[in-house]
Amino acid sequence: MFQIRVHGRGGQGVVTAAEMLSVAAFEEGRHAQAFPSFGSERTGAPVVAFCRISDKEIRLREPIMEPDAVIIQDPTLLHQIDVFAGLKQDGYVLLNSQHSIEELGLSELVKDRRAERFCTLHATELGLKHVGRPIPNVPLLAGFAALSGIIRLESVILAINEKFKGKVALGNIAAAEEAYQLVRQMMNHHPTSPLKEEEHA
Amino acid sequence: MGFQPVKFYQTGTFTVGNRLLAPIDRSLQSGQMRSNSINSGHRACQGCGEALGARYAIDAAVAGSDGQLIAANATGCLEVFSTPYPESSWQLPWIHSLFGNAAAVATGIAAAMKVKGKTDVRVVAQGGDGGTTDIGFGCLSGMFERNDDVLYICYDNEGYMNTGVQRSSATPPAARTATTMPVGPAPGNVFGQGKNVPEIAMAHGIPYVATATVADLRDLEYKVRKAMTMHGARYIHIFVPCPLGWGTASSDTIRMARLAKESGMFPVFEAEHGEVTGVLKIRRKVPVEDYLMPQKRFAHLFGKNPHPETVARLQTIADRNIRKYDLLNDEAN
Amino acid sequence: MLKQTEGSKAVAEAIGLCRPEVICAYPISPQTHIVEALGEMVKSGELAPCEFINVESEFAAMSVAIGASAAGARAYTATASQGLLFMAEAVYNASGLGLPIVMTVANRAIGAPINIWNDHSDSLSQRDSGWMQLFAETNQEAVDLHIQAFRLAEELSMPIMVCMDGFILTHAFERIDIPEQNQVDSYLPPFDPRQVLDPAEPVSIGAMVGPEAFMEVRYLAHAKQMQAIERIPQLAAEFKQVFGRDSGGLIRTYRIDDAETVIIAMGSVLGTIKDTVDEMREAGHKIGVLGIISYRPFPLDQVRAALKGCRRFLVLEKSLAVGMGGIVATDVRMAVSGTGLKGFTAIAGLGGRPITKASLHKLFRQAEVEALPPVTFLDLDWDVVNKQLERERQTRHSGPIAENVLHDKGIVSAKFG
Repeated sequence: MFQIRVHGRGGQGVVTAAEMLSVAAFEEGRHAQAFPSFGSERTGAPVVAFCRISDKEIRLREPIMEPDAVIIQDPTLLHQIDVFAGLKQDGYVLLNSQHSIEELGLSELVKDRRAERFCTLHATELGLKHVGRPIPNVPLLAGFAALSGIIRLESVILAINEKFKGKVALGNIAAAEEAYQLVRQMMNHHPTSPLKEEEHA
Repeated sequence: MGFQPVKFYQTGTFTVGNRLLAPIDRSLQSGQMRSNSINSGHRACQGCGEALGARYAIDAAVAGSDGQLIAANATGCLEVFSTPYPESSWQLPWIHSLFGNAAAVATGIAAAMKVKGKTDVRVVAQGGDGGTTDIGFGCLSGMFERNDDVLYICYDNEGYMNTGVQRSSATPPAARTATTMPVGPAPGNVFGQGKNVPEIAMAHGIPYVATATVADLRDLEYKVRKAMTMHGARYIHIFVPCPLGWGTASSDTIRMARLAKESGMFPVFEAEHGEVTGVLKIRRKVPVEDYLMPQKRFAHLFGKNPHPETVARLQTIADRNIRKYDLLNDEAN
Repeated sequence: MLKQTEGSKAVAEAIGLCRPEVICAYPISPQTHIVEALGEMVKSGELAPCEFINVESEFAAMSVAIGASAAGARAYTATASQGLLFMAEAVYNASGLGLPIVMTVANRAIGAPINIWNDHSDSLSQRDSGWMQLFAETNQEAVDLHIQAFRLAEELSMPIMVCMDGFILTHAFERIDIPEQNQVDSYLPPFDPRQVLDPAEPVSIGAMVGPEAFMEVRYLAHAKQMQAIERIPQLAAEFKQVFGRDSGGLIRTYRIDDAETVIIAMGSVLGTIKDTVDEMREAGHKIGVLGIISYRPFPLDQVRAALKGCRRFLVLEKSLAVGMGGIVATDVRMAVSGTGLKGFTAIAGLGGRPITKASLHKLFRQAEVEALPPVTFLDLDWDVVNKQLERERQTRHSGPIAENVLHDKGIVSAKFG
């Protein structure tokens, strides 16, 4: 089972991101479970959502305390809460920022971890550019597909088409494609699905 | 108002017989075709104004719907006296659910009729003043606001009579009830701001609001029949004296209702979409004392230690009603 | 059709397939998404004929459903928590009148302190209301139970609550098989009411009943639930024939055959319990699970039979009878009375406290060696509790309890559970 935690703020589409991630995994024939942190947070407040992906039925209902991956939609959260709490030693991190991991002062965190699994992406800009709104969730999902290989870009696009219609869908797809390419260029290798690795292990 | 095409000029009584009228002008209640919606044999007190009012109103509503009527009833005297299991006086489909939800139950029935395409079936909800102006007020307002296709009829006897005469928000100032005893420096019910539910109903802008009393049968029947020609939320507030609760003779029920109207204590009017469209004028104005004195619930205002200042305050209320609704007529009928 | 969708959305689709004729909607978290989705279906014409009524309170929601059902329409509403309490008078009335209303309860705690998260306090507070209560373990089961509920309710002319864990199920996106309309139509016949308000055949419904007949009327309500004990497994079997899935029934056991310790629970926590039990089984523990789907009627015989082979049981419940202990546990003990079985109660997950595998591992191991008190409060912060008790001992004006506890906990916004 692969567990992802998405951090962001109310209004950034955090819950939608986790849901779309689960839809993308479902499109690939997997079991997936997405759920919000069940708060009554208003716009701007820190929000957490979760997604589990597995090849078996998912029965577990506890919150994700030891994620395999963390997606951070708002870098200002770094100063507010421990977004990396419980992150597995070999875990993935994708951060919405125009700055690098080092510039964000996260070198200490990356030390002793697999640096190639850490990545930043200026997703807000991509949202503005392609959709006209500073919503980073969809570009981050596509970026996460490139970073982790847990889902394919085509599945993200399927999830986009399920969630959005018309121009908004097209804009989001364009944002996703650019995000995917950007992250791929940043990555030195093209990962296979960590779930598959797990199975082979 | 066009409800009474013929005027009567008798003195001493206004209750002229139908025999003076052409058959078409006669009241429904006087005819053999009345539906007897509340059949005889029920357990209301002698002279019960509510039993009378309900019978007038529901018979008129049944006639106005060609017999296709369903009633929802709030808990209260009407419900208790009409349906002690396994007897029922009701000759139409009737449901009692709770004290405070008659309007909502009626909404549900109306929705069921609509969804089933039974557009000919009409729905009334009915309750006393407690079930309408107090505990059922939320559901009533909701039904008004949604403009559900329900005629709500409130039988107002100005207190919780079913439970032994306690104060409701419709109890008039200074009146004695079991919870507003005539003791202390200001005996009886307090002078509050009042809760005028007909006016609150009008404030919802619903198609039709009317008040009526059991003293004016044709007026009452006319208003119910008129309401039945309309769709959407409609409200009729009927003044129904309670011999037990008011301490009046059971033979005086209709007289008390008439005095309430003639003194200005209970204005009789109708309104459409929030605007008053007609009033039943006072025919021979009487001072409030004429209305108050026969009632034991106001006995403490008179007698050995009278409270003329309280009576004067009640007169002020009546006078305000008269001014507000223009109840005094130049061309007296 | 297989879909990756939200629990609430899936339930709304299932309700739509049941062709409800009157839906009453009043917003309360975490139920709101269900009626929102239904409202959209009615507005778009996808669900027709159906009257969708935005009522002014939960009390009105149930009252409108009562009127609609008594007039022969298939009526549905949904609520949770305070909403269920606010409609409580009408809840009892609906069952007293024998009206087959189906209501979703998106289980949520009851305040004060106000809390929007999941536990079972709300529907369990209506335990004796005369409504049947079916608890869903997964969103798939929530979907399926609603379809079975309309069938059972209308057969017996008694109302049913389908209980699904608020947020944990209602807001979870997962894989759900949404039935086809023709399947539902073949399983659920049109509503044929036992009593109906009809001008062609006038009846009085809801008359006053005195001491001479009240007990008989109440007994008949009990008798109907006893009939439901027979019908629920039959309807689940029939459901399997039509839809090809095991869903519903009175109870469901898991790895119980040679189990010495059996964990008993209701609702979505059964999933986490099963995962824990699988891990313990791998480590050689003889442990199994008994899930209770039908809380009312309570399947005393079936629970007793399921526990026959074990040595001890632990009831893990998301509810608390203050001043007593467990609520479900009381019923389970009634089921096994006379067997000498050792039983424990764990109160867990109140107000949405996460029930984690880690905590369950510890708890179940203690249960195995019978090292538990009769009632355990899972993951209770004793430091905070003792601090408050001490504060109250020391000063009369110790202030509001909930605010003191929050202050001691030092909670801000940052929690993941």
